[in-house]
Amino acid sequence: MMPDLGKYTFEVLACYGITLVSIFVLTGITVLRARRAKQVLSDIETRVKEVRHAD
Amino acid sequence: MAASIWQWANPVKFIRLSDRLIPPLSILTAICLCTGLIWGFFLTPDDARQGASVKILFVHVPSALMAINAWLMMLFTSLIWIIRRHHVSAFAAKAAAPIGVTMTVIALVTGAIWGKPIWGTYWVWDPRLTSFLILFLFYLGYLALWAAIEDDDTAADLTSILCLVGSVFALLSRYAVLFWSQGLHQPATFSADKETNISNVFWYPAVLCMAGFVLLFVTLVLVGCQTEIRARRGRALLMREGRLT
Repeated sequence: MMPDLGKYTFEVLACYGITLVSIFVLTGITVLRARRAKQVLSDIETRVKEVRHAD
Repeated sequence: MAASIWQWANPVKFIRLSDRLIPPLSILTAICLCTGLIWGFFLTPDDARQGASVKILFVHVPSALMAINAWLMMLFTSLIWIIRRHHVSAFAAKAAAPIGVTMTVIALVTGAIWGKPIWGTYWVWDPRLTSFLILFLFYLGYLALWAAIEDDDTAADLTSILCLVGSVFALLSRYAVLFWSQGLHQPATFSADKETNISNVFWYPAVLCMAGFVLLFVTLVLVGCQTEIRARRGRALLMREGRLT
């Protein structure tokens, strides 16, 4: 149940909203970059193995 | 003992260890953050002077704390890079910067929003606020420098020096209220002295929120550091096997 924030409703909700959105965006970007880096490295390692095998 | 610490500077060992640490740390982060924020928002009373706006404390103080401590952690890892040339330490500093800048933005914005009803203004050129703004600019400069230089070692050298210089403002933003008696920002909200510390009804959820922010920082730095290590390994492989490019 929503607490009564009186005349500070906008200020409190804005601060919590900005914080939560920032944390979610930061976490999302970090996780996506990590997944992409893992995938890219895996692709490169596969190609390296293929080239070495062909030699 | 010293050797056992430095063995984690080996990227393979670091990735293996951090792979084990990230899942439990993520769970702990979620528990601390959710409990602390829900407790702080829903279950704390209004303050006698500040009314319900006191609830902003649970997001403003932990983010300000992490904004400064992230830079100090970057200072520590930059010094390790300068002295011992361990790439993991340089990457840890690089991974900490986006988190630090996000925390600085949260602290600046929530502080401004909180300042309007309490001080009557969004911003004043108070020593603490000003040094915090300069710290934010240093974060931007640090990120820009990493992005501008292709060679990892050169970028790590230059950003480490920038980090040393910026540390003055990180420390100033923490201790400015003690150096200068002027300014609107009050002294530290939390104190080890029971007489001056805030009431326990605010203290307990605030500690949980701070723990949550610290854990979030550690978790994201580990993930970010893994990303940088993998990206460097990929670049090294591509360079070695020139035929692939």
